[in-house]
Amino acid sequence: MSTSILIIAEQKGSSLRRVTLEALGVAATLLNGRSGDIVCFLAGEQVEELKLASNALTTHGANHVYIAAGEAHQPLQALTSLPPLLSIIQELEPEYIIAGHTAYGRELAPRLAAELKAGYIADITSIEESEGQMYFTRPIYAGKAFETRVFQGSSPHIVTIRPNNHEPALAADSIEPLNVEPIVITEQADAPLPSIIKKVVQRMSSSIDLTEAEVVIAGGRGVRGSDGFKLLQALADELGGAVGASRAACDAGYCDYSLQIGQTGKVVTPQLYIACGISGAIQHLAGMSQSRMIVAINKDSDAPIFSIADYGIVGDLFEVVPLLTAELKALQK
Amino acid sequence: MKIVVLMKQTFDTEEKVEISNGSIEEHGAKFVINPYDEYALEEALRIKEQHDAEIIAITVGPERSSVALRTGLALGVDQAIMICESEQGDHSYRIASLLAEVIKPLKPDLILAGLFAVDSGSGSVALQLAQLLKLPHASAAVKLQLGTAEELLVEQAPWSGTLALVDRDVEGDVETVIIPLPAVITAQQGLNEPRYPSLPGIMKAKKKAIIERYPSELLSEVHQADLISSLTVRTALAPPPSRSAGRLLSGNASQQSKQLVQSLIENNTIERGGN
Repeated sequence: MSTSILIIAEQKGSSLRRVTLEALGVAATLLNGRSGDIVCFLAGEQVEELKLASNALTTHGANHVYIAAGEAHQPLQALTSLPPLLSIIQELEPEYIIAGHTAYGRELAPRLAAELKAGYIADITSIEESEGQMYFTRPIYAGKAFETRVFQGSSPHIVTIRPNNHEPALAADSIEPLNVEPIVITEQADAPLPSIIKKVVQRMSSSIDLTEAEVVIAGGRGVRGSDGFKLLQALADELGGAVGASRAACDAGYCDYSLQIGQTGKVVTPQLYIACGISGAIQHLAGMSQSRMIVAINKDSDAPIFSIADYGIVGDLFEVVPLLTAELKALQK
Repeated sequence: MKIVVLMKQTFDTEEKVEISNGSIEEHGAKFVINPYDEYALEEALRIKEQHDAEIIAITVGPERSSVALRTGLALGVDQAIMICESEQGDHSYRIASLLAEVIKPLKPDLILAGLFAVDSGSGSVALQLAQLLKLPHASAAVKLQLGTAEELLVEQAPWSGTLALVDRDVEGDVETVIIPLPAVITAQQGLNEPRYPSLPGIMKAKKKAIIERYPSELLSEVHQADLISSLTVRTALAPPPSRSAGRLLSGNASQQSKQLVQSLIENNTIERGGN
């Protein structure tokens, strides 16, 4: 049987998540010039919508797509995706299984690992090949250090990749008609469902997930309240980014814990990180210091955040942030 | 009700991480209970106060980890079990298997754990354990209620007995999930506000026994082949790429903003026409 790599794909709304395209890029890296199949698994409610997404996956390099459709897959749940995934894995015997290190992927991967007695390396930020061996690097202590690991056991090997750290696969230029029909699985669960989703309350004001955002505007205690965060949101909207917060801001009740960036909370690696009124405690720096470009706005010129910022503005965020928003608005015209 | 709480002892998040001789320097570091496990433990204590439960805390780790269990005992844990594991390979399947062997005969109603450990950060062990024990799970809980379908006002539940009604954080949105017990639930920040141990609690905990278990005894039931096939090993450890301070922008707020936007355009961080 030829080598195959299985990707656990994900949609957000009706489009593929960027991290899925990044996984397709990673799959090509792992094939490393060998011939082999890149196979995707995609679960969701509507078959027609999944078929469209399946087309997008094949344009980006997938050879086959398996679709699990039905009400039970809305919203996506690790526990309902597990049975169809396991049967695909049994059939394919993939060398690698790749998922995004997302809410969904990081629940599925450990369950798969335990069931398949497989090695699992989570939250990978880079991959290197040397003499046929693949080396996987990942942050530990939320980025205070990086470890490189290798798989010692037999395949399948399971990895989750950190969003925003891998080159996404490009869409193929060729306009040859797609002759790959997705394989639709409509399994009938005979056992009672493992869990029931009662309701989902959407609280995120923007559709951009913090860990996937290319621009993050983060606020600390200096933002002084939820009103201050509205200024940050306006700037984030202008840049197509997401709003985050320091632990101090969350503890003070200025915003929800789901926005917290740091060693407790989320780790983000956007192209641009703008820290507003954040002093830069070690635990916060761990969660954002790998961002490509860091801007700090703080009244206190001695704030530790300035020591890692590419650009620093010593000033009042309540003055600077609206000016920045206005400046960017003017650019659009 | 019997509740198992999984605990890991980790570096304090305010600690710097230093590497010496290819491993993390532990000497002189302050250790704490993994912050996410503290939420799990606190939730167990609250359930105990409401429903009359027995709490068993379990940790896997080196000698020093017993301190975390001692804190648990001071807070109201009834039984503490330490799986003495000197190997620090972050072999998650092995750790989950050790836990599964200890937990299986305990037949708990609920297993609580942190969403992930702030050191290794994979968030893998609790869910691998759930799979090994064939239990459902709900992860990243920000609210947890236990009760029968009637008590929880759940209509047409396909299960009888005690259910867990869990609000979970899914990338910022809140999803309400119902799962039947026994189950594994992992704690997200915001689930509760962990308490501190009291002085009398600390004094009493000093006298309590910690049950020690050993991998040599526990792994006899686990297939060696599975431990080998699931193995991953660390080949290198490095500090993060260092960053140094950049440029402080001068002038008044308006000039600073203009300079910043100009610089971000020049180094291609943002596009002239906006992103």
